[in-house]
Amino acid sequence: MLHFYSYRFRVAVMSIMGLLCAATAAAQDVPPPAAPDLLNDLERQTTDTLRRETVQATFKGTRIINGHSVETPGAGTLIFLISHRFGTLNSGAYNFFGLDQATIRLGLEYGLNDRLTVGVGRSSLEKTYDGFLKYRALRQTSGARPMPVSVTLFASSAINTLRYIDGVDYTLPRRLTYTYQAMIARKFSPNLSVQLSPTVVHRNLVDTRQMHNDVVALGVAGRQKLSKRTALMLEYYYRLPTSEDPGTRNAIAAGFDIETGGHVFQLHVTNSQGMIEKHFMTQTYGNFFDGDIYFGFNVARNFTLKPRL
Amino acid sequence: MRASAWLLLFSLLLLSARARAQSRYLTREGVVTFFSSSPVEDIEARSQQTAAVLDLQTQQLAFSIPVKSFQFKRTLMQEHFNENYLESDRYPKATFTGKLTAVDAAALRNGGPQKVTAEGDLTIHGVTRHVQVPGTLELQNSRLLVHATFPVAPADYKIEIPALVRDHIAKVVSVRVAMSCEAAGLPAATRP
Repeated sequence: MLHFYSYRFRVAVMSIMGLLCAATAAAQDVPPPAAPDLLNDLERQTTDTLRRETVQATFKGTRIINGHSVETPGAGTLIFLISHRFGTLNSGAYNFFGLDQATIRLGLEYGLNDRLTVGVGRSSLEKTYDGFLKYRALRQTSGARPMPVSVTLFASSAINTLRYIDGVDYTLPRRLTYTYQAMIARKFSPNLSVQLSPTVVHRNLVDTRQMHNDVVALGVAGRQKLSKRTALMLEYYYRLPTSEDPGTRNAIAAGFDIETGGHVFQLHVTNSQGMIEKHFMTQTYGNFFDGDIYFGFNVARNFTLKPRL
Repeated sequence: MRASAWLLLFSLLLLSARARAQSRYLTREGVVTFFSSSPVEDIEARSQQTAAVLDLQTQQLAFSIPVKSFQFKRTLMQEHFNENYLESDRYPKATFTGKLTAVDAAALRNGGPQKVTAEGDLTIHGVTRHVQVPGTLELQNSRLLVHATFPVAPADYKIEIPALVRDHIAKVVSVRVAMSCEAAGLPAATRP
């Protein structure tokens, strides 16, 4: 029994009307398109699902926390990077929980083009100068035959310029350390990015026979966006047990990124005092879970030396 | 005599076919530029990938701009524009669809730029607003040149600007459209 107001009646009437409309529409010649149709036509013609698009902003800065990210400044952009670590949290009230001490790295990096970057820096830890080359080998893309990951290659050398009085002749080669790294990152969603960074640090000279000249590690890092302009960062460098020196630990770090106009502020806690690979991979002594926590920040300021337009 | 009559008829047919085919103009390389001028800094961005179609017969038009195609002077600015302001992953396109008013077809064919007004829906950042945009049309060797300049207030399209950079970004951004559209035949060719 079909009542006029019953649901089934209305469904029946509507479907008959729908069929009739469809029939008349099909029978008619193509009507002059209304404006939204014109837009649909346009979209149909121009929406090219096969077009490859580069995935932007896998990370917000050129550093995740201690280590590098796959990002580079881009052609014509100079970044002035100030990295700073206070003393350890467990050094007590006398040292104002670490704030009395400080280590710092001042760095400049410049994008020669969208792929190749050169950088220099100076760390207060062991009065170390470092220079690096960073190359974006692959960029993650979407579209047809998408590239699933971004890959950036990194090589640096660092020189310790401390004056020693222990009688050893610290020649130039003995003061040098090299780092080679491949960073593989994927932005899984606008909010989540993950990076793996296999790394080798080679030291020309080590202090004792028990120490290793080559330290091999796998860096694991991630970014989870919390809001449009803030993100949670995590970073861990796992060294192969065969290349761990006695008394050293793996570097672990957690941080918070805040973006403002031309700056990226990164606030973090970590168990390593140094801010270059040589320091945080081979000279991290702090036990994070025992309170050897260094509070620190990175501040990056971008300068556009060559405008793109 | 007979042959020439046929020829005349044939050429007339051809002409009419041409006229019909030429009512629609298309481009995929339209240039859209915007300027934000503030006491602190001037910001400029340009897209050269605007797709547009104008139908002089029905007087309708539609534009579509991939938001990611805007190029800025500064890489970081471009990143912020996409990530934080226009949210181009969520809203990949800015579109306009509407009708031209006051097109004098005869005057247009005589050459010279004609002042026109487009009225319709402008969609930016997922927000649609009804707008009126003044501009000019000009027919030049079977190409239709389109120019327009109009203001857009970011706040109208729910584009949030944080307090820290509020002085850097103009309350009203000036948008400039410049394109050269090719005559496109077969209005229904795009239909499946």
